[in-house]
Amino acid sequence: MTGAMVTELFGPGPEAHDSAGPVIDLTGVGKTYATGSLEFEALKDVDLQIDAGEYVAIMGPSGSGKSTLMNILGCLDVLTVGTYRLAGEDVSELDEIELAHIRNRRIGFVFQQFNLLPSLSAWRNVELPLLYANVPAAVRKERAMAALGRVGLADRTANRPGELSGGQQQRAAVARAIVGDPAMILADEPTGNLDSVSTADVLALFDELHGQGRTVVLITHELEVAEHARRIVRVRDGRIWSDEVNTQPRSARFGEGGAR
Amino acid sequence: MSWTQTLHTAWSAVRSHAMRSTLTVLGILIGIAAVILTVGLGLGSQQDVSAQINSLGSNLLIVTPGSTTSVAGLRAGFGSGSTLKRSDADALASTVNAPDIGAVAAEKSTSLSLVNGDTNWTTTVTGTTASWLDVRSRSLTAGTFLSAQDDADRALVVVLGSDTATQLFGTTNVVGQVVTISHLQFTVIGVLASAGASSGASLDDMAIVPLSTAAENLVGGSSRNAVSKIYLQAASTAQLSAANQEAQALLLNLHSITSSGSADFTIASQESLVSTATAVARTLTVLLTAIAALSLLVGGIGVMNIMLVSVTERTREIGLRKALGAPPWAIRRQFLLEASILGLVGGLVGAVLGVVAARTLPTVLDSTIVVSGAAVAGSVVVAVGIGLVFGVYPATRAARLAPIDALRSE
Repeated sequence: MTGAMVTELFGPGPEAHDSAGPVIDLTGVGKTYATGSLEFEALKDVDLQIDAGEYVAIMGPSGSGKSTLMNILGCLDVLTVGTYRLAGEDVSELDEIELAHIRNRRIGFVFQQFNLLPSLSAWRNVELPLLYANVPAAVRKERAMAALGRVGLADRTANRPGELSGGQQQRAAVARAIVGDPAMILADEPTGNLDSVSTADVLALFDELHGQGRTVVLITHELEVAEHARRIVRVRDGRIWSDEVNTQPRSARFGEGGAR
Repeated sequence: MSWTQTLHTAWSAVRSHAMRSTLTVLGILIGIAAVILTVGLGLGSQQDVSAQINSLGSNLLIVTPGSTTSVAGLRAGFGSGSTLKRSDADALASTVNAPDIGAVAAEKSTSLSLVNGDTNWTTTVTGTTASWLDVRSRSLTAGTFLSAQDDADRALVVVLGSDTATQLFGTTNVVGQVVTISHLQFTVIGVLASAGASSGASLDDMAIVPLSTAAENLVGGSSRNAVSKIYLQAASTAQLSAANQEAQALLLNLHSITSSGSADFTIASQESLVSTATAVARTLTVLLTAIAALSLLVGGIGVMNIMLVSVTERTREIGLRKALGAPPWAIRRQFLLEASILGLVGGLVGAVLGVVAARTLPTVLDSTIVVSGAAVAGSVVVAVGIGLVFGVYPATRAARLAPIDALRSE
């Protein structure tokens, strides 16, 4: 499959934002974990703005706080201090049910482990977010099929994850992330479990998504992966260490991973 | 997430762990089948007992010597003693003294050996009067019953139960044959029609002789005039309680007893006998059902155990669903539905098994099993309830899992 074909299949980018402001707006965010009498400050005084259509990599070694940051960005964890506005909406004070709703509508997750349900076919996996958004069955199937088509798995919709390669599984996971047309795609080490060919495939897919105007946040510890993004935010010791524009992003094309 | 969609998800989860689900269902299934069977056995024995008592006749009052009622708490001797006399029965038969009593039959029973040539058979020999046949609602297949003349003459005649006839002669065609009882030659004048056996007590194994013959020729001694039972038949169903009162007053008067509390006899109606007997059967049923219900409890714990395993095993799935936007109630509903499906399948299969067993077992066990629709429907509802109740804790645990922890688990 060529990049041109992918572009053709993708259609117009998302218009999912309620306001013209940044998709992500963290102000003075801190996160403290308490284990017994011990307190651990995983994040300290983080300010971060990500605009719509940006392709940002968040980098840092393990223990740097990047996972905590990812959990907070993904509305999977609540922050201790500060405010977090996602697509113009303050999510710092939301309860569990409202956060579930926000995750469902605003965020498309891509995980390192793919996290596809083994008993469901590819399109059944992809339709999962729509299920929790109460989308009618016929629309769910149509949109799931379209999303799988966009990631180049149009001929694999009925296969179960076990019948797909690692790269195909991650592409199915990306389809699941975009099926609900979220404000942001949040990818947590998406290439951590892939060989170099599949890594290139998936990164090319993110390039394409970015090209479509989608907001992509990539969390990784690999510079090679991070260098695909247009902006690299480095996290260390719970703080933002550096935040710079990547003037010469690497570009990946399907099938070219072996050359690197 | 809609109910049908949740149901679909829950059902595919149950199906994808076929072996585990089957074993869990088995626990519920056995419990439900056991409950249906024990309830059926209990109802069956209640039915048997009341059928047996009703087979005594209709509109009956049964007078027995001794008493069970007690003011001081100590009055034994129900059914024993020799306080009832033949003269009591004769007085009760008077239409002047007791107009509401239609017929009276006194019984004097003793166990004796009946001999025909070198065949001998021990059975209950009952001395009674001509009215017995009507009072006990029996009929003859051959010959005639005792007459008043037989009683007056102390005739050596006998009417045999069909089983007794078969045991002694190998046939029921025995009118005119001679049977030896206590060295006396009795002529067989009739054979009773079969009334069937209920719960072991055969109504067809007996020998009936005139009351006077039994008193003078077979028993003799000081208790010759005592009778073991007097059956009173009220003239109609409406006169039953009047008949009861007349009999009570008359017997107290005859026995020179002033207070009914110190009566030396007991009058029981069929109705009271049925209710006493079925109360006993019901207590037994409740007890047995409670034991069967214990197995349901164990089945329920099985459901909970499996659901907990399932929640642990599917932590990642739960985390993923939550990350994708499943609110806690959707997760809880999914696991509750899974537990209910296990309960429902167990209940349905258990009900089928219980009904099949209830149909098959009576042929082997010789006991009546009554399957009531209410018991079957009730058990299925209970099974689903058990699934739900024992699913609450695992489902709540699943719903409470934090998505990050759940996603991180290996």
